[in-house]
Amino acid sequence: HPHQATQMSNYCLNILVFVTLQQRDPMLKRDGFEDILEERRNSSDLKYALRCYAPVLYKGVTPCKANMLKNIVLQSDQLRYVINQVSQESGEAPDIIQEEASVILEEMAHRLQISTVRFFAFALSKAFKTLFQHVCVNEEGIQRLQQAIQEHPVVLLPSHRSYMDFLLMSYILYTYDLALPVIAAGMDFMGMKFVGEMLRMSGAFFIRRSFGGDKLYWAVFSEYVKTMLRNGFAPIEFFLEGTRSRTCKSLTPKLGLLNIVIEPFFKGEVFDVNLVPISISYERILEESLYARELLGVPKPKESTSGLLKARRILSEDYGSIHVYFGQPVSVRSLAQGKVNRSTYNLFPRHIPRKPMEETQSFVNDTAYRIVRLQEDNMVLKPWVLMASLLLQNLEGMELSVLTEQTVWLRGLALSYAAFLDWPDHAPTAKVVSSSLALHRGLACVSGGRVSLVVGEPLGPVTPEEALFNRAVSVLSCASYRNQVLHVFLRPAMLAVAMLHLSDEVYNCFSFLWDMFSNDFILCPGDTVQDFEEACYLLVKTGAVQMPQQDIVMTDIGQPTLSFFNGLLEPFLQGYQVVCRYLCEEASEGLTEKQYIPAVRSFAVKLILAGNLRCYEVLSSDMQKNALAALLRMDAVRKVKNRMISHINQTQISPSLSLVAVAEDLCRDGLTPSYIR
Amino acid sequence: GLFHLSIVVLCPPLTSDSISTVLAAATITMKLTSTVCFPRQEIMKWNGWGYSDSKFLFNKKGQAEFTGKRYRLSGMVLPSLQDWFENTFGASVNHKSPPALNASAVPPASLNEAFVEDLKATGIPFSHEAEDRVFRAHGHCLHEIFALREGKKFERVPDMVVWPNCHSDVVKIVELACKHNVCLIPYGGGTSVTSALECPPEETRCIVSLDTSQMNRILWIDEKNLVAHVEAGIIGQDLERLLNESGYCTGHEPDSMEFSSLGGWVATRASGMKKNVYGNIEDLVIHIKVVTPRGVIEKSCQGPRMSTGPDIHHFILGSEGTLGVVTEVTMKIRPIPEYQKYGSVVFPNFEAGVACLREVAKQRCAPASIRLMDNEQFQFGHALKPQVSSIFTNFVEGLKKFYITKFKGFDPHQLVVATLLFEGDRERVLQHEKQVYDIAATFGGLAAGEDNGQRGYILTFVIAYLRDLGMDYYVVAESFETSVPWDRVLDLCRNVKERINRECKERGVQFQPLTSCRVTQTYDAGACVYFYFAFNYRGLADPVHTYERVEHAAREEILANGGSLSHHHGVGKLRKEWMKESISSLGVGMLQSVKDYVDPDNIFGNRNLL
Repeated sequence: HPHQATQMSNYCLNILVFVTLQQRDPMLKRDGFEDILEERRNSSDLKYALRCYAPVLYKGVTPCKANMLKNIVLQSDQLRYVINQVSQESGEAPDIIQEEASVILEEMAHRLQISTVRFFAFALSKAFKTLFQHVCVNEEGIQRLQQAIQEHPVVLLPSHRSYMDFLLMSYILYTYDLALPVIAAGMDFMGMKFVGEMLRMSGAFFIRRSFGGDKLYWAVFSEYVKTMLRNGFAPIEFFLEGTRSRTCKSLTPKLGLLNIVIEPFFKGEVFDVNLVPISISYERILEESLYARELLGVPKPKESTSGLLKARRILSEDYGSIHVYFGQPVSVRSLAQGKVNRSTYNLFPRHIPRKPMEETQSFVNDTAYRIVRLQEDNMVLKPWVLMASLLLQNLEGMELSVLTEQTVWLRGLALSYAAFLDWPDHAPTAKVVSSSLALHRGLACVSGGRVSLVVGEPLGPVTPEEALFNRAVSVLSCASYRNQVLHVFLRPAMLAVAMLHLSDEVYNCFSFLWDMFSNDFILCPGDTVQDFEEACYLLVKTGAVQMPQQDIVMTDIGQPTLSFFNGLLEPFLQGYQVVCRYLCEEASEGLTEKQYIPAVRSFAVKLILAGNLRCYEVLSSDMQKNALAALLRMDAVRKVKNRMISHINQTQISPSLSLVAVAEDLCRDGLTPSYIR
Repeated sequence: GLFHLSIVVLCPPLTSDSISTVLAAATITMKLTSTVCFPRQEIMKWNGWGYSDSKFLFNKKGQAEFTGKRYRLSGMVLPSLQDWFENTFGASVNHKSPPALNASAVPPASLNEAFVEDLKATGIPFSHEAEDRVFRAHGHCLHEIFALREGKKFERVPDMVVWPNCHSDVVKIVELACKHNVCLIPYGGGTSVTSALECPPEETRCIVSLDTSQMNRILWIDEKNLVAHVEAGIIGQDLERLLNESGYCTGHEPDSMEFSSLGGWVATRASGMKKNVYGNIEDLVIHIKVVTPRGVIEKSCQGPRMSTGPDIHHFILGSEGTLGVVTEVTMKIRPIPEYQKYGSVVFPNFEAGVACLREVAKQRCAPASIRLMDNEQFQFGHALKPQVSSIFTNFVEGLKKFYITKFKGFDPHQLVVATLLFEGDRERVLQHEKQVYDIAATFGGLAAGEDNGQRGYILTFVIAYLRDLGMDYYVVAESFETSVPWDRVLDLCRNVKERINRECKERGVQFQPLTSCRVTQTYDAGACVYFYFAFNYRGLADPVHTYERVEHAAREEILANGGSLSHHHGVGKLRKEWMKESISSLGVGMLQSVKDYVDPDNIFGNRNLL
């Protein structure tokens, strides 16, 4: 009952929200940064690369040679069990399976070599100094990490926005004389033979992108990771998001590897495991326009060494600063306290692989979300991120003075919502705005006192479609900056949308949006009420709404905030609506998943060209996929057999009908005249 | 090749081979057929462990001494103990925390007059003296001894003590208790470490402590079937000594055997050091006689095994005094072994030691006893080394130490020692010994001599006295145990130690605690692990509470790591909260229904177990 829920949430608001926010509010305890490039600019890179490197390890273990590690894995009870199992199922001799396992391991395993690390230390020093103004690291985080490495097995969980991420991570750890991590990397890197081997020698190990049913592969892989973890040979690093986020929004976490690294704790093989969320924020992402094109359907270029070399031209550009924030290590033991009963692992031999229990699965899922949120919390935001958010709501362009004024306003709002904003000290606002524009001159330009998005000028005549795509590239590139601030504003923004559309059932509407958008944003499962309360708290705190008794009402000064929030989410509302419309109006019965993306895209292109839609973000395959996933999850659309998508007819199932209807109503009502005619 | 050397020197070599003679000096002054109430508190401490005349102390020179004449260590100076004690706990011999001198205030006895009248008529001796009652109001848990030392008042103590002399006396007492609705708590040796002897504070009825100490006779020995029929109040060392006189033994030697009773063993499912040869208590008993409120339970024959439904003995074994009083037991006896030999092996680390014990268990060639002490206990053993008289001995010791640490490369902060006891005829013992040492060698173990082995076992008997010394200097200590499958032994030991360290830190313990463990029993499918845990409590407002929280956490850690709730100490009231988790609520219900049938009015109201 929505009213009860609202009532309940209002009731608890003062106590609960305050407490949870106090816990979550990271503003009070964020560390300062040090620029590690500064020293590189003042002393010899060669000396730096050759200096004595002697990190402390877990409980003082002596590091293990890569070959010995392989032997431990191949001889483990876990792997032997699976080898025998596979042998019995396939009829092959165990020796042959054992050999297969050995080959898999050979293909997978890292061969960390200090000489290669030193080479990278040298080369990256040169490259970083050319590309970036600063590489900033919170040294307190480094100290915490150093402590954690000595006490417990450590798992490093950085955000993933760029290929740069894991080289950067190893570079930083080398700089601070910390144990170098072993890094789970996708096999696609192996396409680049030489680079792949170099990465292997700097600590990367390679896993196939998909190995669903391959028992042996899974056994080798998980045992390899667990062996390194249990023995504390090196911190293990992987990307919870699974792949680089092309949108700069955090991606829904993948659970496979997290399950693997947490299991030794549940089985009592280690006392604890520490998860360290790490937020890597780029002022400008190297892959910026590449990502936009990829989202628009230009296929991802296959990683090849020559391709990477062509990327040399990026070396001449200025990519601003990088901020790397090492978060507070999270103890799995503390997290699991009272949530997972470890003794349920007592009745089954520990070396026999088993699907995690439901209780464990939901714990791991929950943990993954929390970690990604911690990553988000410590992402450093640049002024440009705020400017991009404003520009995207004014695609026709803005007066520079208006942009400046609104950026200042937005800065205040962001700060009061605990955004980790890196705003230059003592610089006049006009200067901040103009230098941001200068750095991102590829995306926005000022002409005649007006700021507008830059649209790449094509050579020669273009079709209307080509022109549209060119514009979409710049919108999506710009959106990737706006997306960085979404995690700060998301909850109050959803509340603002809910207030606008269903003012008498605000919680219900919020909850619907929350549910629908949970593929697009990081919304921890089960946190709807808590998020609602947080949203209320934040909007009340900034004076945009009041909550007399059970109502939520906009205040006199709340208009700008609420309409900004509405504008912020509008592209998403529209995107989802276009997908719904497509499924209702156009989709044929036998639509396959493969056909879906291009079909929605051309549907949207038609709408835009016809002048019925002005939202370019609908063209993003990311949004299209997320919308479909949400509709599938909410049972508005159903997958039949293998790949078929069956659109549920309005006459078929009433609950789903209402969902679609609500979504449509909501989206239609949400559209402002500037977007649709 | 094997190298026989000695590492741990606790005291000069012993001349005797039998563990019974190790204890022989601890002579018994009990009058075995006395009808007089036996005042145990005259020869035993009322606020600590064991005999009044035996205790550790730091003398005026600051050197440790063990007083009395009862033990091999008695009367000796232990020069290294002070350093070890101060370094391990951050304690100082200058910071004393002696026991308060006033005996604890005793709540007045609330007597059931009608019961007392009827009891008088039977002629069974009883007492309601405060001393007698307080002595039987507790076992040897840390909080109990701490309370006694601090002169804290027990909330509830027995209102009277009764001393039945035989089975029929017990029958009369139980009948009267039922008639007058009096609560009975059986009391054997008083060595419980599970709060099992504590009187439930909520009990409003008159509580009578039923002291079995006068039922201490061997009623008959049947040499044809090798069984003896014994009254259940007999104390372990008396039973062994009396049987030895006829050329027999039971071979049941729990570490508490100096003070614990046969009835207590049955009631807690006790385990003996030499169970590998003789079995645990459940393997040793052939027949049990129990007096319950519903009458007497016993089987009709002494067949060695029966298929007559679930074994009713298993309702009694481990019932912890909740169903009735064990009065007589028929148990297996064996001829005294012809030959006994101690032994010891040092391993480079605990992992190697556990792997060796596992292999020994796998090959089913465990000696009568095999125990593996961790490095902390190894070092502790060193601290109990008495003054060495000759320069030559010193020199030899130095050489051996050099050999192990420098030549063999053992790290003195990693190495561990296993102690062994072989029994049987001489030839087979030597053969057996070789087999075990050969296995040990494959795990990097070096034989380290008989003396070390023997001294390891003596440590068992004096360690309880050491707790009293610790408490004189702001150190609290306790032990607890579990059983665990082989593959989890190492993980469990490591995690429990770490958990203790962490909990101590979080609960404001200012000094690094001592956590130590040993593997004390091996089975086909797992092992028994025994933990010692001690810390300096200076600066803590309520050390006992802190201690209890840490022990609670340690037990949770044990359960989470696949360990059992208890291997042989039992559940008592200390671990009741985990019973459902351990045996399922259905299991608890089964036990409860037995209790409800046998004792519907909860006459045996100690509230243990359920």
